[in-house]
Order: sequence, then C-alpha cells, then structure tokens
Amino acid sequence: MSFDIDVRVRRGDRTVTAAFKTGGGVTALFGPSGVGKTTILHAVAGLLTPDTGRICVNARVMFGANINLAPHERRCGMVFQDGRLFPHMRVEANLRYGWKHSAERHHLLGFSETVDFLGIGHLLDRRPRTLSGGEAQRVAIGRALLSAPEFLAMDEPLVALDGARRNEIMTVIERIRDELRIPILYVSHDRSEVDRLATQIVELG
Amino acid sequence: MLLTAEEVEIIFLSLRVSLVAILVSLPIAFALAWVLARSRMPGKFILDALVHLPLVLPPVVTGWLLLIAFGVTGPVGHLLQHWFGVTLIFRWTGAALAASIMALPLMVRAIRLALEAVDPRLENAARTLGAKPWTCFRTITLPLTLPGIAAALVLGFARSLGEFGATITFVSNIPEETRTLPLAIYTALQSPTGDLLVWRLSVISIMLAIGALLIAEWFARSYRPARDHVV
Repeated sequence: MSFDIDVRVRRGDRTVTAAFKTGGGVTALFGPSGVGKTTILHAVAGLLTPDTGRICVNARVMFGANINLAPHERRCGMVFQDGRLFPHMRVEANLRYGWKHSAERHHLLGFSETVDFLGIGHLLDRRPRTLSGGEAQRVAIGRALLSAPEFLAMDEPLVALDGARRNEIMTVIERIRDELRIPILYVSHDRSEVDRLATQIVELG
Repeated sequence: MLLTAEEVEIIFLSLRVSLVAILVSLPIAFALAWVLARSRMPGKFILDALVHLPLVLPPVVTGWLLLIAFGVTGPVGHLLQHWFGVTLIFRWTGAALAASIMALPLMVRAIRLALEAVDPRLENAARTLGAKPWTCFRTITLPLTLPGIAAALVLGFARSLGEFGATITFVSNIPEETRTLPLAIYTALQSPTGDLLVWRLSVISIMLAIGALLIAEWFARSYRPARDHVV
C-alpha cells in the first residue's frame, strides 16, 4: 500500500472526508472544484490537521493515534498550482533548498541528474520571476524531487499552463511515475489529465 | 561648512543616542510586530493600542511617565540602580531610552506591514521541503521582511534624531550629556546671540534627515527583486 488514508477535515462550516487505499504509481484525487481535494492533499502534507483519521504513506504513519508528524518530518515533495518558488532566491538555490534539509541516504537522484532529467540546466542562474509558467513548474517539480521525498503531492500542477506546456509537464510526470517509481498523490478536476496519468482514481464529491 | 567643537559634540551625541535607541528597539519592535501580525491571542487590540500610545500621547506625558518609572525612586529606576548600579535619568542612555520608546510605534508598523506581506504559502512550501520552523523563519520569512526592517531602522533613526519633548522631560537638557540636536537648537533659540547656531544646527539636521531618506531609498531599491510576486 502506498497511500492508506482515511480522514475527516473540518474547514470552516463544512467537513471534507476521504478514505482510500492505493498502490504505487499515480493516485489521482478527482472531482469538481471546491469539493476539498486540496484540503485532503494539505492534510497529507501536514499543512492542515485533520479532526480524526489516519494517514499512512508507504506504511509510515504520519497521522493517527497520538501521532502527528510536522510537515518537515513527512518527506512529502509538494508541487503547488502556482509553483511557489522562493522569489528571493535564484533557481539553483530554490532547487537546493530541500536538498540541503534532507538526509543524503534519502536522495533519489543527484543534483545534476535531476537537473538533466528535467532539462532545466540553462535556468539555474535565473530569478523565478523571469521564468515562464512551464519553466517555473519544472523547477518546482525539481525542487520537490531534490528534497528526498517519500512521495510527491501535486496540487493541479497543470492548471496555469497552456496546451503545449501541459503536455510537456505531463510527460515529465509520466517519467517520474515510470522511471523513478515514487508514489504520487495527484489532485485534478480535469478528466483527460487524470485518464492519462492516473494509475488509480479516487473520486471525491 | 567647518564645524566647531561644540557642534561636533552635539552631532556625535545625537548620532550615538539615535543609533543606540534603534538598536535597542529593533528586537523589541520585531517581537511586537510578529505578535501583532501573526498571533491570534485574545486582547491583541490592547497590545496594539499600547504600542501606538507614544505616537498619540503628548511627548511630555511620555517623558513624565518615564520619569516616574525610571527615576531614582521609581519602580524600575530603583531596581536598575539597586541591582546593576545603572541610572538612566539625566544620562545620555536615558535620552536613548526616550528616543527608542518614541521610535517604537513607527518601527513596529513598518515591520508588521512587511511581515503581513510575506506570503504564508511560501513558508508552507518551505516546511514541506524539510525546513524546521526556525530554518523556515531564517531562510524565508526574515529575508522577505528585510526591506521592512530597513525601513523601520531608517524611520526610527530619523524619529530619534528629532526627539524633543520626552527627552527634555525625562533627562533634562544637559550639555555634553543629553543636549541632542533639537535640544541644542531650542537652547540657542533662548539665547539673544544664538541665531547663527540655530541656523547652522538646523542645516545639519536637514542634511542628516536627507541622508537618512537617501539611505532608505537605496535599501528599497536594492531589495526590490525580493518583493516581486511569486510565479
């Protein structure tokens, strides 16, 4: 079991629930906007605390009876909708951010291997604000991969991109799924995206 | 413009008082700004009002309150004297204390605005990348707040240079000890032969103020890239 999750999260006056057990590959959390997909993802990453439930990834309990790991202890490589690169650092410092805070034995790929894998070597000296949407999202994926994650959590990573860029980033995600074989929890409201990427689909809402 | 020994003394005393004032205020202002910007503690508005009090009170009242608290028989002054042998009243250190209290609200405001402008989602991103809370603060929050801290230092410094009412009430107007630029100008104004000195000290004040503004502008420019929105 890669993801073994059963949570109830209260957000304001409504409650979001999700329960699923899935294997490796890409687990897509699929459903219309506003149904609470991102809330579940944030709970898995440790950015929100569920009211009750259990979160296990690769048999590691992250949330459960008397356990609630802090975000920095979960090794969740998060990729956000908007990239969220650190504006005061160049691309290289962004990429090395998680690398510096992770244990060497957990690293998936070397720094230069990761940079080659994503084809972002020519961007290392750039400021995040000078990147296009597709470039920024590649760097964001690289930053997550370099943080030595146990799994990736992607929150609609294609939503801000145009057709050609979407295809490009989907190819990258497929390669992460098939070559690096790291479990991915993937949030989307787009059927075609989910059909192409997902190993298993969890419908919410 | 050649300066007399008296003028040099006044300028250095003013600079010393103002520098010490903002360096003492900075950590306190940062802590207060943090609480006001980030915490959800009940009764925060009371703290907010207290911090702003020196801005709206007549400075003479602030000086008088300092006199009561830090005078030799005052509750704080007595303890300082008893435990550390420190006296603030009628000393330049007292002038620095008065200036730091008067500068505090401006510094808190500047830092608070900068802290509120830091996108908490960037801090969340850092946490998921393995940064412990303190590391996240040091590598994300603090660097993004630097322009506000610089602004706070310059504003506080300018405010301290101009401090008059609280200072003269708390530590009086003692040459070479508490007679800073504004107090020296005031003294010269009282003297029938002081016209020239008033002119000279006023020009010096204007130059120091312009210098502070130029430094502030330079800081704002050199940190502008950090303020760009997140792609």
